[in-house]
Amino acid sequence: MQKRLYYIIGLFIAIAALIYSCSWLEGDKNGEAEIPDEVSYNFDVRPILSDRCFACHGPDANKREAGLRLDIAEEAYKALKDNPQAHALVPGDPKLSEVYLRISTNDSTQLMPPPASNLKRLSDHEIAVIEKWIKQGAKYEKHWAFTPPKKAKLPEIDNTEWPRNEIDYFVLNLQEKKGLEPNPEADKERLLKRVSLDLTGLPPSLELQNSFLTDNSANAYEKVVDKLLGSKAYGEKMSLHWLDVARYADSHGYQDDNYRTQWPWRDWVIHAFNTNLSYDKFITWQLAGDLMPNATREQLLATGFNRNHKITEEGGVIDEEYRVEYVTDRTNTFGKALLGVTIECAHCHDHKYDPFSQKEYYSLFSFFNNVKEVGMESVVGGPETFAKKPLMQISNEEVKNVLTFINKPDTSKLIVSVMGDNPDSVRKTYVLNRGVYDQHGEQVTAGTPASIMPFNKKLPKNRLGLSMWLFDKNNPLTARVFVNQLWQEIFGKGIVKTSGDFGMQGELPSNPQLLDWLAVDFREHGWNIKRLVKQIVTSATYRQSAVVTKEKLAKDPDNVYLARGPRFRIQAEFVRDMVLASSGLLVKTIGGPSVKPYQPPGLWEAATSGRGLLTDYVQDHGPKLYRRGMYTLIKRTVPPPGMGIFDASNRDQCEVKRSTTNTPLQALIMMNDPAVLEASRVLAAKVLQEKTQTRDKLVKAFRMVVCRTPNDKELKVLTDYYAAQLQALKRNEAKCKELLSVGEYPVPEKLNIAQLAAMMQAVNVIYNLEETITKT
Amino acid sequence: MEKEIIEHGLTYNRRRFLSSLSLGIGSIALGSLLIPDIFKGSQSDDVADFIPGLPMFAPKAKRVIYLFQNGAPSQLESFDYKPKLRDMWGQELPASVRQGQKLTGMTAGQSSFPLVGSYYDFKQYGESRAWISDLFPYTAKIVDDLCIVRSMYTEAINHDPALTFFQTGAQQGNRPSMGAWVSYGLGSENKNLPAFTVLLSKGKGNGQGVYSKLWTNGFLDSIHQGVQFSKGEDPVLYLSDPSGLNRHDRRKMLDEVSKLNHMSYEEFGDPEISAKIQQYEMAYRMQTAVPEVTDLSKEPDDIVKMYGPDCLVPGTYAANCLLARKLSENGVRFVQLYHQGWDQHGRLPPEMATQAKDTDQASAALVTDLKQRGLLDETLVIWGGEFGRTNYSQGKLEKDNYGRDHHPRCFSIWMAGGGIKPGIVYGETDDFGYNIVSNPVHVHDFQATVLNQLGLDHEKLIYKHLGRRYRLTDVSGKVVRDLIA
Repeated sequence: MQKRLYYIIGLFIAIAALIYSCSWLEGDKNGEAEIPDEVSYNFDVRPILSDRCFACHGPDANKREAGLRLDIAEEAYKALKDNPQAHALVPGDPKLSEVYLRISTNDSTQLMPPPASNLKRLSDHEIAVIEKWIKQGAKYEKHWAFTPPKKAKLPEIDNTEWPRNEIDYFVLNLQEKKGLEPNPEADKERLLKRVSLDLTGLPPSLELQNSFLTDNSANAYEKVVDKLLGSKAYGEKMSLHWLDVARYADSHGYQDDNYRTQWPWRDWVIHAFNTNLSYDKFITWQLAGDLMPNATREQLLATGFNRNHKITEEGGVIDEEYRVEYVTDRTNTFGKALLGVTIECAHCHDHKYDPFSQKEYYSLFSFFNNVKEVGMESVVGGPETFAKKPLMQISNEEVKNVLTFINKPDTSKLIVSVMGDNPDSVRKTYVLNRGVYDQHGEQVTAGTPASIMPFNKKLPKNRLGLSMWLFDKNNPLTARVFVNQLWQEIFGKGIVKTSGDFGMQGELPSNPQLLDWLAVDFREHGWNIKRLVKQIVTSATYRQSAVVTKEKLAKDPDNVYLARGPRFRIQAEFVRDMVLASSGLLVKTIGGPSVKPYQPPGLWEAATSGRGLLTDYVQDHGPKLYRRGMYTLIKRTVPPPGMGIFDASNRDQCEVKRSTTNTPLQALIMMNDPAVLEASRVLAAKVLQEKTQTRDKLVKAFRMVVCRTPNDKELKVLTDYYAAQLQALKRNEAKCKELLSVGEYPVPEKLNIAQLAAMMQAVNVIYNLEETITKT
Repeated sequence: MEKEIIEHGLTYNRRRFLSSLSLGIGSIALGSLLIPDIFKGSQSDDVADFIPGLPMFAPKAKRVIYLFQNGAPSQLESFDYKPKLRDMWGQELPASVRQGQKLTGMTAGQSSFPLVGSYYDFKQYGESRAWISDLFPYTAKIVDDLCIVRSMYTEAINHDPALTFFQTGAQQGNRPSMGAWVSYGLGSENKNLPAFTVLLSKGKGNGQGVYSKLWTNGFLDSIHQGVQFSKGEDPVLYLSDPSGLNRHDRRKMLDEVSKLNHMSYEEFGDPEISAKIQQYEMAYRMQTAVPEVTDLSKEPDDIVKMYGPDCLVPGTYAANCLLARKLSENGVRFVQLYHQGWDQHGRLPPEMATQAKDTDQASAALVTDLKQRGLLDETLVIWGGEFGRTNYSQGKLEKDNYGRDHHPRCFSIWMAGGGIKPGIVYGETDDFGYNIVSNPVHVHDFQATVLNQLGLDHEKLIYKHLGRRYRLTDVSGKVVRDLIA
């Protein structure tokens, strides 16, 4: 009884608090308190209609209620089928518009959305927006993302001193409108750490820190940026996001989840970024390298992109079911990664929100449906199963002469799954009813969603033609979507926050003019990725300090207006890289087969079917223990545990955005992962071997890890801690030995073990600081 | 406890609340650990009328223990008694019964489909007079606590998609697991343990792998991911301090980390820093709480006897059942077990016997143990696999040997406690054990019912991801009211 009482009391409190917080949030939402003078369909009205109405009155013909569709003007203005005297929308007159009457009524039998739909009732504010929109003529607009971007002229701003490049004009313009002021520039140490992490995924070395700090020239920062952009680690950093997008992994996935050798494709991605292959080529080669005239081996290898999906080796599956699944995966990946739309929703039925019919889905599907492949080629087996047909074999000769970027360590046979169409015939494509592989509906031919941009009939009806469509200057999405993803990787969230959904249900761009300017500029400059990256990181917007005052936090808690620099925890692989690089353990080899560093025992063994090469985790030794995080072997069904805890993708499907969580399991990793402990020990040994004062040793370790000089208060905490540890450990040799026993990297013999153990503890404290794994 | 959680939840609205009310750094959030989504304005409160972290209506069950029998145990040798199959031993499966059912690639090419009855005898037990095979003597004894559903059906015919369907509501794709949905919906009851834990064990029968996507958080925050408890020294990954470091050392170390992090907070004002400080504190508490809860050595003899001697061997099914009780007792919302080895395509009689022997006693003991402690009322226990098995033999039918292929159209599971009707048998299949003739229960219906017992409406437990509203039950499913006490 008492428990129930608690429950009820709790519920009351919670509801009260929720109401409070909602009302509070309401005011916080951009401009929601006031209704704009000119109501915009795209920015004010459509988000409401899409979220609450389109599921039943939108593009999906099968689920349409009362024959009414509200996503198209002509349809919405028509007389209602059920009641021809009435109209859903009467431009200029809300009181005659059923839409307005039904959303504002108190009669629950009339109310829209109906209570049973579980869709929330429109707020008074939302109702008022619709009312005003109808009054102003209920004018529809094409969805913003399906209209080609145009470069707006730079906005007028008050503080003309601040901008460093065009980006800043757009950013400052919004800040000034919101009564915000940009932060001052970040201090040099923090800025260097930030840009080094963003361009290479690694902390700046001590040498780089020193040279930058002492370089007082006006372009010191630009010099550093160029240096980082030119480093090989740049390609590795840029690749990580693309590996998520391309759902790259080292195993086939599904039931038995045996090994695959797709890593030469990953080596190509790194190479492509490092040689600054333009984005149009980067994508065209991956989509259609095999179809290009006189295709090179490199172009063929690039098509591995479309074969990175999971492939079954489960005996007894129905072949066609899985073949269709692969084509589906490619189609969905194309939609999400390159067009930023949730085309996958039209797999089973017409899209409920966006104007994509199921037929259009299968027209797009058709481009990927002609691959010379089967659903289940082989069950778990030896090296001949590490890639599935169509495949390319890569010889040592080729690696020496042509594909020089592949890090092939030995002379064994190497095969990679790539694309290759049936040469003579085109596989017929049908609409699959409810998305079921053998429920053939109407036959379709290759095409693209008309609402985005119809497919030009002059283009070849294959993946090469699809690439040309993608890079047509009138394609409204391609440039916006990539620019937005890149922005997201640097600022933590895209200008369009839902980077995988630019459709009706996606978030609106926080700064539409900026997005469009960047997109057009990117295209006009030859899809030059390095140029775009440089443009972003040299902006004043990027260079701001990340300090946030209480006032700013209250005004813009999510930093939508970018009146402060980005500050967030670095990604899983870069946490590992930071630990290895700062301790000096990092082995900088690029590419090659993935590696198996320390991993808690028993994880693979507990979950395996017992078949294949990846049943038991056989840990590597030597240099392979110290490779960058992106090279850790990904077995899809049991991905590296530490990575998942830090929100890495499990590479099951295309992923364009990772979450950034903060959990106790992450704390446990930093406290107890042997890789972190070993790095603490190795860095401790390094500073102890120098003939310096304890204080200087700690300063150095701090600078290596946190990438800035500690202040006096911080240093005092560390020196006191070290002294206390040393005092305690001096008397306990056995304990020292135990503490130092972690990791395979040798312990230097000459060092005093109490000092080493004490210093290791102090360094471990530094590794566990919030700032250490945060881009600040 | 509940009140405490709710109140803690209230003190925390991530960065927004902090910034608006200028709460001190210290008051940040335990709530976020327990009910991470309670104040995520952008997600829940504009999507549906529910508050993550609280039941939507008075719940019957507070916790779930799901004993997943991975590989799909045969219903025909366990809970679905079909004497006719014995009578018709060796005769062909009539086409009128098969009705065009799709077959797996393993038997699709078979020229003959000879019917085969259970190798094991069945008897009736308890007041419910439920038929149970001789392979499950312990389960037979608690039959009046069980609700046996013989009319489960699914859509998939292969392990990977079928398991994924059961656990996430969709055959393909990276959707959140049932436990993750529950964690999202109800939060945690315990500030030292994760809300969703996973325990793995392996039988001697033909096995199929399990995979972490079965306990994935999908698009939910990773705090809702199932945390695997393993048999090794580290029951939770990276839990143990390194050798040489004692609890005092760890406390001291964390104090230094905390001091420095506070300085950083002073400088930057970023609420993530204070959240980090709290996460370290929870990690520290977990380091004590987890070994306590996973230590089975202090269990009294009568408990050990009840679960069987294997329960003292870490990593066995019996040990996991006992551990599941302890975790659940300590407030873990969703304990998910997987026991591999139930894929009897051949050698069914001996393999099924071994599998049953490894699991029967402990499964029954778990129910009895919970009941003795007065916890069964608020704990829902579920036993079952991902699909059923064919009534005809896969491969050659011999007198003492046969196998059974995958069969999606009917299979049996049981549930106990958590407000489910005890002592009933629900649903019926035809005399061939091939098609359901009354009260079919689809996987989504089952999921809807489980959520219902927890006080969650499956149609309202929604998460909006990339513009679409997702549910565990996708777009179907109805609560099976007949099963509810």
